[in-house]
Amino acid sequence: MNLLKISWANIKDKKLNSFLSALLLTLGIGMISLLLLLNKQLDEQFKRNIRGIDMVVGAKGSPLQLILSSIYQIDAPTGNVPLAEVNKLKMNPFVKTVIPLSMGDNYRGFRIVGTTAQYPAHFEATVAEGTLFNETLEVTLGSRVAEATGLKIGDTFASSHGLDAEGDAHDDVKYRVVGTFAPTGAVVDQLILTDLSSVWAIHEHEEAPPAGVKENDPAHEETMAMLGGAPRSSEDKEVTSALIQFRNPMGLITLPRQINANTSMQSALPSIEIDRLFSLLGVGIDTLRALALLIIFIAGVSVFVSLYNSLKERKYEMALMLSMGATRSKLFLMLLLEGLVLALVGFIAGTLLSRVGLWLFSRAAEQDYHYTFSGLTLLPEELYLLLAALLIGALAAALPSLGIYRLNISRTLAED
Amino acid sequence: MIFCQNLTFSYSPQKKFKFPTIRCQDGEALLILGQSGRGKTTLLHLLALLLRPESGEIILNERPVLSLNSNEIASLRANQIGIIYQRPHFVSALSVLDNVLMPNYLAGRKQDKHKAAYLADQLGFGDHLDKKTHQLSQGEQQRVSIARALMNDPTVILADEPTSSLDDDNCERVINLLQEQSARIGASLVVVTHDQRLKDEFSNQVLL
Repeated sequence: MNLLKISWANIKDKKLNSFLSALLLTLGIGMISLLLLLNKQLDEQFKRNIRGIDMVVGAKGSPLQLILSSIYQIDAPTGNVPLAEVNKLKMNPFVKTVIPLSMGDNYRGFRIVGTTAQYPAHFEATVAEGTLFNETLEVTLGSRVAEATGLKIGDTFASSHGLDAEGDAHDDVKYRVVGTFAPTGAVVDQLILTDLSSVWAIHEHEEAPPAGVKENDPAHEETMAMLGGAPRSSEDKEVTSALIQFRNPMGLITLPRQINANTSMQSALPSIEIDRLFSLLGVGIDTLRALALLIIFIAGVSVFVSLYNSLKERKYEMALMLSMGATRSKLFLMLLLEGLVLALVGFIAGTLLSRVGLWLFSRAAEQDYHYTFSGLTLLPEELYLLLAALLIGALAAALPSLGIYRLNISRTLAED
Repeated sequence: MIFCQNLTFSYSPQKKFKFPTIRCQDGEALLILGQSGRGKTTLLHLLALLLRPESGEIILNERPVLSLNSNEIASLRANQIGIIYQRPHFVSALSVLDNVLMPNYLAGRKQDKHKAAYLADQLGFGDHLDKKTHQLSQGEQQRVSIARALMNDPTVILADEPTSSLDDDNCERVINLLQEQSARIGASLVVVTHDQRLKDEFSNQVLL
C-alpha cells in the first residue's frame, strides 16, 4: 500500500464523480490536442507545397482559387491562359523559372496534370521505378496514386473529363504508365504527371465536334476551356496556370502589378493567399480553442466539487488516519494525488481521442482531397498541455484539501 | 505502561474536567467506568495525545510526552498507541486487509501481510480480508479495528466504548479478544465505557 494506491482506491470508490471529471478533462484536452495536430499538419502540408513558389499566374478570377487549384490541387481551376503569354514571362529578367500546368482530366479522382520535367524537379520528386514521362501520353504516377489505383509500369488507362471520377471517359486515347515517383509528402504524391502535349493530344480529336453538336455549342466550349484547351494552332495553345519562381525579391514588387495590368492573366502570391485563408480559418479555430479551454475549466471545477463533497464525507477517515500517526502533509499529498491522477487520465485519454479524431479527419480528407495526415507522435505543445492539465488537477484538488490542515482530530472523532 | 496525574481540560469556562490519577502497567488492563458527560472520551483523547491538557502530566514508557512537538507526537501515536473507537471507522475505499495494514504504512514500517492474516484468523474474520469494510457486520468490524490497533505492537491500547454498539454475545467475544491480544503483546489496555456489562471483566477499575 502506498499513497498512490489509496488515492486510486478513492477515485475508483467514487466512480461516477471521477468519470465525470475525467470525461470533461478528456474532451477539453482532446479538442485542444486535435487543434494543435490539425494546425501542425495543415501548416506542414501548406508550407511544404508552397516552398519555392513565389507567384502563380492563371486566368482571372479568385486569386485564392488559383492558388488552391494550381499549388494544392484542391479547387477547380479559374480557366485557361494562352501559352504564348506564359512563355513571354520567361523573358522577364526577374523570373527564374516558369512551370506551366495544364489540368482538367482525372483518373479515378486523381488529377492528371500536364507539365514539364521542371515540376517534379521542383518538388524534389525522384522516380522510384521506371522513367519520367518523356513523350506525349506517357505518365509518371505519384506514390499515393500508384498505391491506390494499383497501376503498374506498362499499364494503360483512359482518363475522364473533369476533376471527379464521374466524368465522361476518353476511351479512344489511352495514357501509358512509364514510371512512379518515390513518396515526397508533397502534392506530387496525389498526382498523375504527364507532358503538356498529352493534354492537348487527348482533346485534339474532340476538336471536330461529334455529329449532332453544333460548332459553337456553348456547353462544349465551356468544357473545352476547363480542359486546358485543345490547340487550334501552335499560337492558340493554352495552359491552365503557371508556377513562377523569381530570381530576386524585386520581382515580387514589380511583376504582379505588371501582369494584372498588362496581360489577360492574373497573378497570385501564395504566401499572401494562404495567410488570408488561415486568418479566415483562424476565427473558427479560436472559437473552438476558447470552447476547449472552457471545458477544461469546467473539468477543474468538477474535480474541485467532487473532492470537496467527498472530503466532507471522508472527514472522519482523515481524522482516523491522523490519529493513527499520519501527518497532515501526507494526507494533503494523498488528496492532491487524486486530482493529479484524474488530470493524467484525462490527458492520456484526451491525446488518444485527438489521434482518433485526426485519423477520422484524415480519412475524410483523403477521400475528398487525396490528402493524408499523419503524426501520432507527441507534439512539444502537448507537453505544455500536460503541465497545464496537471496544474489544473493540482489546483482543483489543493483548494478543498487545504482543509486537512485545519481539521480538529479530536472533535471530528468524537462527533460521529 | 501509561501514567497520568492532575490532568485538567476545558472546552469552555463552564465545562471543565478534572481527571483522577491513572496508572496502567505493561500487560495490565484497566477499566474506566463513567456515565455520559463525565469526560470519558475527552480523557481517552488526552491519553491518545489527540488533545492537549491544560495542566497535568502524561508519562508513556517512563517518558513525559507533553513536551513533544507535533511530528514526534504523530510518530509516537503511530508506533506506541493503538486506538479502538466506539463505532468502527475505516478508509471505506480500501479492503479490510489494506485497512489492517494501514498502521504499518503510516508508521513507515514494512507491511506485514502474514501478521495481518494471523490476526484476522485469531479474531475470526480471516475469510473477509478482500471485502470492503462496509460489507462486514458491526461485530466483525469491531474485531477488524482490534486487529488494526494491534498491528504495530503498541505499548498502550486505548478503547473508547468498544462494546456499546454490540449485542451480548459479540460484547463478550470482543472484550475477551481485546484482553487476550493485548496481554499477548504485553501492552497496557485502557478501556473507557459506560457499559455495565464489562464491570465483571476487569479487576482494575477507576470510576469517573
